[in-house]
Amino acid sequence: MTILAPILMASLIIVPVFLANQDQQNRLIAVSEDDTKYSSKINDTDNINFEIITEDESEKIRKNLTDSPYYAVLDIKNETFTLYASQQIGLNIRNSIQNQLEKIIEREKLKQAGIDIKIIENSKTKINIETKIIDTKGEATDSNTEASIGIGFITGILIYMFIFMYGTMVMRGVIEEKTNRIVEIIISSVKPFQLMMGKIIGVALVGLTQFILWILLTIIISSFAELFLIDATEITNNTDTINQSLILDEITKLTGGIDLIKIFLSFIFFFLFGYLMYSALFAAVGSAVDAEADTQQFVLPITIPLILAFILIQPVMDNPDGTLAFWLSMNPLTSPVIMMVRLPFGVDIWELVLSMILLILGFIITTYLAAKIYRTGILMYGKKISYKELWKWLTYKG
Amino acid sequence: MKKEILLSVKDVIKKYGDYTALNKVNISVPKSSIYGLLGPNGAGKTTLMRIINQITAPDHGTIIFNGEKLNKNHIKDIGYLPEERGLYKKMKVGEQALYLAQLKGMSYHKAKEKLKYWFEKLEITHWWSKRVEELSKGMAQKIQFVVTVIHKPKLLIFDEPFSGFDPINAAIIRKEILQLRDNGTTIIFSTHRMESVEEICDHIALINDSKTILEGPIEKIKEDFQPNTYEVSLDSNNLVSSNLFKILSNDKNTYKIKINEGFLVKQTIDVINKEHKIVSFKKDSASVEDIFIKSIKDE
Repeated sequence: MTILAPILMASLIIVPVFLANQDQQNRLIAVSEDDTKYSSKINDTDNINFEIITEDESEKIRKNLTDSPYYAVLDIKNETFTLYASQQIGLNIRNSIQNQLEKIIEREKLKQAGIDIKIIENSKTKINIETKIIDTKGEATDSNTEASIGIGFITGILIYMFIFMYGTMVMRGVIEEKTNRIVEIIISSVKPFQLMMGKIIGVALVGLTQFILWILLTIIISSFAELFLIDATEITNNTDTINQSLILDEITKLTGGIDLIKIFLSFIFFFLFGYLMYSALFAAVGSAVDAEADTQQFVLPITIPLILAFILIQPVMDNPDGTLAFWLSMNPLTSPVIMMVRLPFGVDIWELVLSMILLILGFIITTYLAAKIYRTGILMYGKKISYKELWKWLTYKG
Repeated sequence: MKKEILLSVKDVIKKYGDYTALNKVNISVPKSSIYGLLGPNGAGKTTLMRIINQITAPDHGTIIFNGEKLNKNHIKDIGYLPEERGLYKKMKVGEQALYLAQLKGMSYHKAKEKLKYWFEKLEITHWWSKRVEELSKGMAQKIQFVVTVIHKPKLLIFDEPFSGFDPINAAIIRKEILQLRDNGTTIIFSTHRMESVEEICDHIALINDSKTILEGPIEKIKEDFQPNTYEVSLDSNNLVSSNLFKILSNDKNTYKIKINEGFLVKQTIDVINKEHKIVSFKKDSASVEDIFIKSIKDE
């Protein structure tokens, strides 16, 4: 997993870029027409070049298309259009030609109806709303809603995933120690609380290491892949970017106006404390059961707030400053995911700090309660545990 | 000679909600003795052992260890082999033993040196780099035993130490336990196997229904349970009770008698010897098992 994940992540980044580059190969298409009605108006596009040929030539070429320099031959006869090729024509090439021809016909018809094309042309308008964020001093910076959505979504989901992944890892570890019966040997040397926190912190460090490794490996692998797969075609006509990673370049361009360092640090904070809080609960569940199969009834209430946060990412994004977003980012059970979603849209510092304090408090309280359950649970075997029973454990004296 | 007490538990009460696991339990464990902690399942033995190990705290009562109130510093002086015991299956034997020894406060080098000694002693050196899951249950038990005693604690607590061992290995472990006692270690020993109690315990405590119902040196308990009782074998079968003794039961020529208060063994032998020929005369003591069963029934 440690090695595989960054490879998968790198390929997620690299494959679309690679494929996009692949498609940009130029195609030469021969056009033959009995007239010049269309062929004179057809224009070259970014990756299609047209060459007008005679009908005789066309016939000749069609007989041996593979050896000709042409990718395809477009035959126009009596308003019927046929595209000959030695292989299946790519969809975007067909669409591009089709669009051009449609436009030519359209204009022709408009002309016949006596409408000035210029009027139509002029009435077509395209505007682009520039979004800027004004800070308290009234200074404006560029904002990018798409990038905010992207970053919010990715970091929110990563936190959700990590809490789940490492939380269950803690739970499995606790169950393993309990079913192995090594737990009683260990807690005759250390306090149950120390053992529980040791497990949680240990897994957290594994998580952080894995996370950092992923980021590093993803960057390394994608840079290498970029070098080998893309540069060969791309760099030849764009020598300036040889030493600059296209991807990093893209990221900086896209995220203009978003404080990436703040987001990164917040991510580490919300990941750590969100994880610490949830994994204490997962540890308590692990201690209360005898086998992983029995965890279902206790895991569900823990995961509901987490899943809720996940589901509510969309509504929060639609209104990142709304009441729902505010309260979800204050509730420690949902704040790790929701705050990360809100952050790229800009969150007041007092909200961020309050949310962090509440999360720390949430962590302390849940850990305190979880430790009480854990302490009793790890030494309890062969008993079907109910919520009533768990409640009783909370009241036992150390 | 009164032996010095290493551990004394006074009036300990432990409740789990409405359930009382220990109700004013008292035990005194003399130094360098093997102290058998007996009792039926659910009597509260494990809870008591957990309290001594500071895994849980009592609701009430005091525990004095080596003259001081039991505290955190005593953890390294106590070794505990729980009944429900296991090891990390995926870890290698040596690594794991080192880890557990270090948990008890030993330095890495010291732990390694001691482990080497014990592994050689029990002839298990070749297990060092095996994974625990490759070992049989009995083999894993041996590792657990080593890990329990490795830091030379003053007090060892064994909960069912022989379960899972074949007779040969059980004998090896028994020998080691006795040797540890002879070297000055105090051992608390909990088991259901009464024959092993008879063999190795010096003192016993019987816990039933959360209370101590019997406690003391094993010989004294036996005597108190069945005082002045002897077994006499004669060459004839016509012995009758007298003012010196009472016949409790007989099987052919063998009689179980109880010498009445105020008379000595010698007097009794002399009286019987006048009319009968004594083939053998010996103290008749109840087995721990009898005591165990009867005491619990009487409760």
